[in-house]
Amino acid sequence: MNIAAREPQPLLIAEGLGKSFGRQVACRDVSFELHEGEVMAVVGESGSGKSTLLRLLSLQAEADAGRVLYRMRDGITRDLATLGEAELRFLARTDWGFVHQDPALGLRMAVSGGANVGERLMAVGWRHYGDIRQVATDWLARVEIDTARIDDRPATYSGGMRQRLQIARNLVTQPRLVLMDEPTGGLDVSVQARLLDLLRNLVAVLKLSAVIVTHDLAVARLLSHRIMVMKGGEVIESGLTDQVLDDPREPYTQLLVSSILQP
Amino acid sequence: MTPALELRDVGKNFTMHLQGGMQLAVVAGVTFSVRAGECVVLAGPSGAGKSSILKMIFGNYRCDQGQILIRDGASNFDIAGATPRQMLTLRNTSIGYVSQFLRAVPRVPTIDVVAEPLIVCGEPREAAQAKAAAMLHRLNIRDALLQLPPATFSGGEQQRVNIARGFLPDLPVLLLDEPTASLDADNRAVVEDLIKEKKQHGTAIVAVVHDENVRDAIADRVIEVAQFAAAA
Repeated sequence: MNIAAREPQPLLIAEGLGKSFGRQVACRDVSFELHEGEVMAVVGESGSGKSTLLRLLSLQAEADAGRVLYRMRDGITRDLATLGEAELRFLARTDWGFVHQDPALGLRMAVSGGANVGERLMAVGWRHYGDIRQVATDWLARVEIDTARIDDRPATYSGGMRQRLQIARNLVTQPRLVLMDEPTGGLDVSVQARLLDLLRNLVAVLKLSAVIVTHDLAVARLLSHRIMVMKGGEVIESGLTDQVLDDPREPYTQLLVSSILQP
Repeated sequence: MTPALELRDVGKNFTMHLQGGMQLAVVAGVTFSVRAGECVVLAGPSGAGKSSILKMIFGNYRCDQGQILIRDGASNFDIAGATPRQMLTLRNTSIGYVSQFLRAVPRVPTIDVVAEPLIVCGEPREAAQAKAAAMLHRLNIRDALLQLPPATFSGGEQQRVNIARGFLPDLPVLLLDEPTASLDADNRAVVEDLIKEKKQHGTAIVAVVHDENVRDAIADRVIEVAQFAAAA
């Protein structure tokens, strides 16, 4: 088996990422590698820079320093800064997903639930209405949305349903990388549990790579293999998820772990 | 014959930053090895560091000092220096662990909790579930419970689910933390049998067991953890 020898190419590499807003440092010198099928949680309190990091990775914001490398479907790892507009758009529509905390930001609220899923398929060239509707129906079922609601607008959905719809919309094109910003934030606990179970299964079955930003350590424990703890824009501790949570080393991580209520 | 697992001069300290940087020394100089097919029982009073040693081998705790060598083909691999990815690979291919308490995931049925380690290693779902059902049956978990999540089960039932999950895959090293603590006599006997079968199969086992009868039934060697007490 030889454990030491087995190291394939990472899917995503961040090198020395930095971003400031005026004098406020949001991210400083963040580096990591993410492999295929790996889920990494980024934890830290509000203002620690974790959401900024996600925006830098997804090129929604421009980094002041550092670069992001991504292994394309042809197997060649490229610096995202060197990609053209069309290539980036194609990546964003097919190979990547982005799940916002507020589903309204990731959905089009004025069109039906089915159209929200179908749109991503049309963006990658699907044209046959029957096929698109069939796949959209399958995906609604997979995220446990009653398929009778396919023609209803997401404005009529509950918060948990909207979040599941956003996930279906993202995953329908079979992306390899999904970035999630507090995917369970603002949901009731029972709704959260259902969503977490769903995400956990989808990630495993589809062998997705994911970066999940969350302030909820229980979410990180359940979903992630690795964890990165951020404070003041910097990564202060990282490692295997249960190691960081069971044996936290840094004062701030110890504070985070000891502050959880255990029901 | 090279051992399946060897600890050399392993030590563990915790720095409690929230208690003014207090140093908590748990163990020091832990040195022992386990051969394939052998069961080593760690003995000592509560708080001596028995579970901490298991957690370092499984990578739940960092190993600050020394080496934890696991046989990896023809050479040894040092767990103390493992990257997260390597540690996850080891857990799938080499080290099983039955923890003291089951960490249940909401909504996941018992049968899938137990079958998961096999599915992760590429076994087809149906085959994995069939083996999981047989193992749970052996541990006297009623069929009616298989499709329910274990969160609401009794302590003894949860422990048996945990045991089934840990014993199902065939891995070269198995760590057991009080596997029989809340079991009745019948189920204790089942676990003793399972351990014997693992030994015959060549598994190297490190166990923490307080019950002397169980210890006598399974142990090839007993190691007193008190000898590794860290100088505080």
